[in-house]
Amino acid sequence: MAVMNMVQAINSALDGKLADDKNVVVFGEDAGHEGGVFRVTEGLQAKFGEKRVFDTPLAESVIVGAGLGMAINGLRPVCELQFSGFMYPAFNQIISHVARMRYRSRGTLTAPMVIRAPYGGGIRALEHHSESAEAIYAHIPGLKVVIPSTPYDAKGLLISAIEDNDPVIFLEPKKIYRAIKQEVPEDLYRIKIGKAKVLQEGDQLTVVAYGAMIRPTQQALQQAKKDGYSVELIDLRTISPLDRETVADSIKKTGRLVVVHEAAKSFGTGAELMALANEEAFLNLEAPPMRVTGMDTTVPLPKGEDMFFPEAGRIYEAIKKTIEF
Amino acid sequence: MFKTFDPLKGKRLQIMNENGEIVGEKWMPKLSDDKLVEAYKTMLYARIADEKAVSYQRQGRLFTLPANMGQEAAAIGSAMALEKTDWMVPAYRELGSWLVKGATMLHYFLYFGGSEEGSRFPEGTRLLPVSVPISSQLTHAAGLGFAAQYKGEKDVVITYFGDGGTSQGDFHEGINWAAVFNCPVIFFNNNNGYAISLPRAKQTKSETIAQKAIAYGIPGIQIDGNDFLAVYRATSEAAKHAREGKGPVLIEAITYRLGAHTTSDDPTKYRTKEEEAEWHPKEPLIRMRKFLENKGLWDDAKEQKHRDEATADIEGHFKEFEKYKNTPLEDIFKYQYEEMPDGLKAQMVELRNYYDRKEG
Repeated sequence: MAVMNMVQAINSALDGKLADDKNVVVFGEDAGHEGGVFRVTEGLQAKFGEKRVFDTPLAESVIVGAGLGMAINGLRPVCELQFSGFMYPAFNQIISHVARMRYRSRGTLTAPMVIRAPYGGGIRALEHHSESAEAIYAHIPGLKVVIPSTPYDAKGLLISAIEDNDPVIFLEPKKIYRAIKQEVPEDLYRIKIGKAKVLQEGDQLTVVAYGAMIRPTQQALQQAKKDGYSVELIDLRTISPLDRETVADSIKKTGRLVVVHEAAKSFGTGAELMALANEEAFLNLEAPPMRVTGMDTTVPLPKGEDMFFPEAGRIYEAIKKTIEF
Repeated sequence: MFKTFDPLKGKRLQIMNENGEIVGEKWMPKLSDDKLVEAYKTMLYARIADEKAVSYQRQGRLFTLPANMGQEAAAIGSAMALEKTDWMVPAYRELGSWLVKGATMLHYFLYFGGSEEGSRFPEGTRLLPVSVPISSQLTHAAGLGFAAQYKGEKDVVITYFGDGGTSQGDFHEGINWAAVFNCPVIFFNNNNGYAISLPRAKQTKSETIAQKAIAYGIPGIQIDGNDFLAVYRATSEAAKHAREGKGPVLIEAITYRLGAHTTSDDPTKYRTKEEEAEWHPKEPLIRMRKFLENKGLWDDAKEQKHRDEATADIEGHFKEFEKYKNTPLEDIFKYQYEEMPDGLKAQMVELRNYYDRKEG
């Protein structure tokens, strides 16, 4: 097995699927010859040719819209949007067509396509390069929204996404693109979309996090462990459709919930999980669920962003407060 | 043909004039008498169907729908010039194109009568559902064409949009993509003079829509969109061009929406009766009928017979449509994903249970 970071693992997934299925095509702005601004598609054009892996005009709406046309006509397009902050010109295509094609054609036309984009903050980037808009996409019926937190998960989830017969928004936490290395099989393997993973078992509190937030959460859990708290950590992995069962079972066991995400607080994944706690485990709750999140503001430029994103200390305080409520 | 009818030189292809006389013999498409009669029959059918649909809407038996009257030649001529295996990506005012492609008035009534079943076309129809967000469908056409080319198939794609649609970003993005990747796509512009209330002159400063093609490095041609023969010929040329791997073509068909934008619209607010009256003699059915009569292929008796048959057929489809009950509750849920997520399943059960209680 090779040791890979997330960039390499995603590249490996694309490589594997390009080899495995002649209908898979990979494209986006600078995604061909250059291998993408984060080098996720590096080497793929040289290996599979310009027909399979190619650069597109600088136009997000048609990258997604043409991707939909390709998907309807038998291909398995994997569109790369350079940053999730630049997905909005394609938003009309995503919400008006990609998400609805199966529904409105009564299943006669489908959109088996993946829209990949680096997302999230913490890399000292320019404006529009640090947002976390997963809740916007999770709110749209017909889409699946996936966010991996490790190289291993990224590869297995992306392979599943490419093989999925419904459209998948695949958001890659760019802060940890190269931060974590682990052993990743070179062969194709799948991780089920819609299934969360219990990273650590515990019985006093359920913490749900995903993407780049897993690391500061794990740091907070180290501190909590020293204090003698028993905390269960769930990596959501798929934002939509939500793995309600895994989360609800955990809350029923622990009676407490803390959700961590870097997206703005209101109307987000945290709110949805708190609703789930109320709907599925109200009588088990021992404390009010809490959210540790980004703020309901525009993401600040680098001199302000550290305060905006949750860090281990903030997460730890919420853990303590909830358990000691 | 595309060189001859240079849009920058103010050229417009017309083969048959308003009186049904052939004025462009050189460009006359090779069509059998049977095909010509079939074309007129389809145009007449579409006209009656449109009138019926508007009238059913007025009676409260259909919901808001767009009127097609006046645009039959553009819709039917373009669709008839294509092969069965070609793809069609409509906007929403192409009833005639739908009918040629294989949809029926039952689909039309279902869609505008409030059911997604109206977009469930028979397998292999290669017709996309109507696209309401203006010009967004041009990008789908680019992608369908890209895939056809990728697979080495000879299919071409036609997509329709109006004059207002040329102001949209997706008009630019779709044509540009198709041009860059040399995709076999016909961008068919139904320039009917108005985008709801806004006249064409206020939509773009370009003298013609066809000339916009030049900026994309592709052929563009302006045609008389009320002349079935010109529409058929230009679309055939564009299809040949695309099928031979030469890339996309932009066709601007000059036509006129004789009716309202939709049944909710009132054109007297933004255009004069005089202007409408000027267009009535130019509409596509009158000249096609004269042309066929001059050739001895049509007469009053045939007209009446076909009108009666078409009316009965359309009424039959409407009867069939009215037999459809409201959408079954399960159908609201079951087409959202290939496999229904648990959370959605729970919503379906909850709603089912509510109605079971309510309806006892």
